[in-house]
Amino acid sequence: MSLEKLLVVSAALFCCGLYAILTRRNAVAVLMGVELVLNAANINFVAFSHYVSRVIGGQIFAIFVIVLAAAEAAVALAIFLRLYATTGTVEVDTADVLKG
Amino acid sequence: MIRYAYIIPFLPLLGFFINIAVGKRLPRKGDWVSIATVGTGLVMSIVIFYEVFRIHDPNFKYHIVYPWLSLGGRFVINAGVLVDNLTAVMLVVVTGVSTLVHIYSVGYMHGDPRYSRFFAYLSIFSFSMLGLVLAESFFFIYIFWELVGVSSYLLIGFWFEKKSASDAGKKAFIVNRVGDFGFLLGFLLLFATTGMLGYDEVFQAIREGKIGGTLLTLAGIGIFCGAIGKSAQFPLHVWLPDAMEGPTPVSALIHAATMVAAGVYLVGRVYPIFTPDAFLFIAYVGFFTLFITATIALTHRDIKKVLAYSTCSQLGFMILSLGVGGFTAGLLHLSTHAAFKACLFLGSGSVIHAVHTQDIFEMGGLWKKMKITAVTFIIATLAISGVPGFSGFYSKDMILRDTLIFGMKNPQHMILFLGTLFTAGLTAFYMSRLVILTFFGKPRDHHKYEHAHESPANMWVPLVVLATLSFAFWFKSPFSDKGWFEVLVPKPASAVQAAVPAMAAHVLPAEEAKTAHAVPASAAKAEKPSEAAHAAKEEGHAPAAAAHGASHDEHLKHKAHIYAMVSSIAIAGLGILLAIGVYLFGWVDPDKVAEKFKPVHTFLVNKWYFDELYEVTVINGTKALSRAMGWFDNNVVDGLVNLVAQLGVWVSFLIGKFDNYVVDGAVNGMATATIGSGSFFRRFQTGKLYHYVFVLAGGVIIIYLVKAF
Repeated sequence: MSLEKLLVVSAALFCCGLYAILTRRNAVAVLMGVELVLNAANINFVAFSHYVSRVIGGQIFAIFVIVLAAAEAAVALAIFLRLYATTGTVEVDTADVLKG
Repeated sequence: MIRYAYIIPFLPLLGFFINIAVGKRLPRKGDWVSIATVGTGLVMSIVIFYEVFRIHDPNFKYHIVYPWLSLGGRFVINAGVLVDNLTAVMLVVVTGVSTLVHIYSVGYMHGDPRYSRFFAYLSIFSFSMLGLVLAESFFFIYIFWELVGVSSYLLIGFWFEKKSASDAGKKAFIVNRVGDFGFLLGFLLLFATTGMLGYDEVFQAIREGKIGGTLLTLAGIGIFCGAIGKSAQFPLHVWLPDAMEGPTPVSALIHAATMVAAGVYLVGRVYPIFTPDAFLFIAYVGFFTLFITATIALTHRDIKKVLAYSTCSQLGFMILSLGVGGFTAGLLHLSTHAAFKACLFLGSGSVIHAVHTQDIFEMGGLWKKMKITAVTFIIATLAISGVPGFSGFYSKDMILRDTLIFGMKNPQHMILFLGTLFTAGLTAFYMSRLVILTFFGKPRDHHKYEHAHESPANMWVPLVVLATLSFAFWFKSPFSDKGWFEVLVPKPASAVQAAVPAMAAHVLPAEEAKTAHAVPASAAKAEKPSEAAHAAKEEGHAPAAAAHGASHDEHLKHKAHIYAMVSSIAIAGLGILLAIGVYLFGWVDPDKVAEKFKPVHTFLVNKWYFDELYEVTVINGTKALSRAMGWFDNNVVDGLVNLVAQLGVWVSFLIGKFDNYVVDGAVNGMATATIGSGSFFRRFQTGKLYHYVFVLAGGVIIIYLVKAF
């Protein structure tokens, strides 16, 4: 395994996540896309930590990101529940009341 | 007690404040407050006078000063008190007459609706006058000078419901202002040149030659203008007869002892500053006054008007005397006149109180009804006429002597003596006429005669006191064969004389040919050694150098005295006899005389047409000027103002347009631009999440591409 391969995996994962965020209409799917993007970043953290800086800080930061992602998922799912209760759907297109 | 002299003016001031504030609610309406305050002042003045008299030093002077107002650190205005022999005499004269007038007013003003206010006014007047007497600088004498003017205005116009009285008050005030303006200019001129305000400092500065020549003459004449106004001298004498509209006690207070005396006192107080030219001016002003007003007094029917004109005339005597160098004589006449003229005025008040008329042709025979008034009135008349044994003889005799000496030294001014002597006769004549028509003969108006009665005691007691003071006995000095007044109030050395000879030295030769101008200066030079000798002799050690001039001068003085005394007794006797002959025994019918000299009589009855002259010149001139000014104001000034206003309107119109189109346009343009840009940019705000993320990702890619290449 080398740094480049890991970075390619991470970039691929990021692109998958971004693609999911851009194309999916379902809010839960968008959230899953966000998780992919975050995990792509995690891979980068761990990879650079292992191959470049040789200190453990990057890996700890990855754990922080995972915790943050869990918290984010909890908040986001709660918002979706409220969204569903209000509009009867979790399609993100319908939630456009802040449109200019 | 001299140390406490400064308290004296404040006593009447206290009385004024009490009476003006709560007088009405006090018992007896507060008259006792005023009487007590001014009476205390009288007691203090007498004590001061006694102390000064006991010291008996011609040069006595008590002078304290403390800085009062500092102006920018450059100079300081001092407040202070100056008590010398002259001040001590004036204090007694002023407080004495004032006290008696206060007491007299209790009877005279009884039942007046503004009784307590009258006493308040009397008090403020006494305050002003006492302050004037005690002042030690030109600044303070000017302040009190104006206060006297104001309080005299209040007193003369006291019965302001009568139009004539309020007019008389205004006339007195305005005419006085004319003179006061000269006074102000005069002392400002001195102040500008010497930088000093205190008498002694100014005299010293003049001795040092800081001001001299024509400028000093002008300053002297300017200050004398104040005296012309206050002492009712020609040509500003017109206010005094009109001022008789005031209550009679006011006439006695203002026109006998205080206000009119202020002018004479001022001239006496600043005596050293006058140049010979200024003295000549003073002498002629006094001369014209005494002659003109005496002739007017001959024809008047109103008892108070006659006394008023006689006051003018007597003041003319004093001013003349000061002008010809008779310093002591003038001020002595001031003191004696204060007593007998106050007595005459109060006596006339008593008569008016009794018969309720002022026309002497409606009186007559009152002798039987009012013995005390008549006797005191006659004593005062004898005094003013100059009958030996009375005070007026003594002072008038001295005036005539000094005028005669002046005339002998300057023969071209002999007219002063002759005219004055003639006027002394006129005085005796018209005063006797007044007495005879009032008290003797048959009653001409029986109704009024029946109702006449002697006045109450608080009115006749002052009369008796004043009549007693009209005798000559109190002028003898216990320490010398001269009168004490002559010893105590000697002529002050002129401050000018030190400077004049030096100037005259190069001026005189050129001007000697034109005698009229040069003589006063040379007269001053001639007088100078004699003056020094005179003063020195009294102290008992005559310098040898001046002895020759002194003996010559003494001789001249003696000779002049004899002439003056004889002629004045003769002319006074002649005047009195003529009056008795004409008005008591009817040798000549006065009406026929009046008919025969009708133009002269009309001229005199109309008071030499002075009021008419002023009406035509000053008053109409002022009115015409006012009209011209009014026209100028209405047309030129208003036109300018309106033009400016019109310009303003036009400019405002233009500015309004600019505001509406340019400024508002800019503001609205901003708003429109904001709205336009807002509606353009709102289209990017779709609310769709993936749009935003797309822009985000696109942005990142673009940044990456930019960085990469």
